[in-house]
Amino acid sequence: MIISKQKPLSEILSALEGSARVFLIGCAKCATVCKAGGEEEIWQMQEALTAAGKEITGSIVIDEACHMLRSGRDLRSKKEMVEEADALLVLACGAGVQSVSSGTPKKTVAGLDTLFLGNIRRFGQFEQKCSLCGECILTETGGICPVTVCPKGLLNGPCGGMDNGHCETDPEAECVWYQIHERLQSRGAVEKLRRTVPPKDFSRMLKPGKLKIEK
Amino acid sequence: MLQQKLDSGGFAITAEVCPPKGSDCGEFLEKSRALQGCVDAINVTDNQGANMRISPLAAASLLTREGIEPIFQITCRDRNRLALQSDLLGAAALGIRNILALTGDHISFGDHQNAKPVFDLDSVQLLQTIAALSEGKDLSGNALQGKPSFYAGAAAAPEAEPFPLTLYKLEKKAAAGARFFQTQAVFDPEKLRFFSETVRPFNVKIIAGIFLLKSAGMARYVNRHIPGLKVPSPLIEELEGAADQLAKGTEIAGRLAAQARLHCDGVHIMAMGREDLIPEILKAVKREL
Repeated sequence: MIISKQKPLSEILSALEGSARVFLIGCAKCATVCKAGGEEEIWQMQEALTAAGKEITGSIVIDEACHMLRSGRDLRSKKEMVEEADALLVLACGAGVQSVSSGTPKKTVAGLDTLFLGNIRRFGQFEQKCSLCGECILTETGGICPVTVCPKGLLNGPCGGMDNGHCETDPEAECVWYQIHERLQSRGAVEKLRRTVPPKDFSRMLKPGKLKIEK
Repeated sequence: MLQQKLDSGGFAITAEVCPPKGSDCGEFLEKSRALQGCVDAINVTDNQGANMRISPLAAASLLTREGIEPIFQITCRDRNRLALQSDLLGAAALGIRNILALTGDHISFGDHQNAKPVFDLDSVQLLQTIAALSEGKDLSGNALQGKPSFYAGAAAAPEAEPFPLTLYKLEKKAAAGARFFQTQAVFDPEKLRFFSETVRPFNVKIIAGIFLLKSAGMARYVNRHIPGLKVPSPLIEELEGAADQLAKGTEIAGRLAAQARLHCDGVHIMAMGREDLIPEILKAVKREL
């Protein structure tokens, strides 16, 4: 799940300056779960923008805004409303915004900040556990990712800031190496901690990422 | 020289002097010169606490020009593997041999909190890098012109819990080429004895961190805010009851340093801006020598 959060209304309004007519676009997947760009948020945004003197030409919640073909098709189904607008306000992640912007020369305003790939702890509570590093080491680390959970991404054990098994950057949070140690110990696999892990291959996460599945 | 002192079984004394925030190194050099007679080497910190200061490579080089032996502290926080290797080679060319290889405090502690933290390598991998350079190869296996000579050390936290977890990493640091451990400040000689006995098999020299507590208030602050540092309450009470807390703190630091002499190969004094008191702290150690 891509975790996103709505930008403050003041920021959205300032981005919409000079655009009197606005078409609203949401996403039915991640942005809906994050309560940032689903049906409900599109409705609230419509109210807020109307109150601020904007004219809303129409709106749509795309099933998966990151799906470029589907996004293009859905927008064509609302062609007239889109044409009428001075700007498209997209309440979807950065990928969703770019599905939209790639299909139209119109001014596209990003209404969300895209934060991370997140797990859902419970409704409305998200946590980053994977940083999409392209070189998964979870098998070696008891199924807990130090690349992501350690603020320094350390691969060979805790830093000097570990205090009673807690992280120097957040005393409330357990050090990920403490968690890994506990897990491996319970599994009788603590020997894994003796292995020196070589420098990470960051070329696996060079931007922009591309993948084409070969048949 | 630091390495010769340690290798020959001598008791090494190092101290920390923080390079300036700015390009005027006058005060830094003055403090360092004042210590020249009583320490074997001076640690030059690297954007300590993630607060931006002059490059430790430049500051260490200024010390070598003065005939003062520096320990160049280098962290992984602000440099990727190209920059780390390039600075290490630069250090070697400038006559700087002693390296303390550190992970580095997190960006969120410092004065540039919006900066991008690097951490391309960790401290174990940095030690491996130093070993590779010393063999005349860079991290990609390319041959270097000349083989730099380094004396590399690493940090250790004797009071960190759970200790077995930190021990794995210390063993890796030793295997990666650390020749000395400079410890986090320790206030309990018993902890230092235990630490020293535990890591003895790694065959690494131990330089004990000694921290000057300038007042009882500072001791309490350290306990609350500095991860891994634990000032025992009897020490805080001792400071509290003293008419002159700074003098008492100096006496305590001297006592801890003298006790460290029993278990370690050296002491590293962190005087927190009162470097002028280091000779006084060291009197207690020298009496033992």
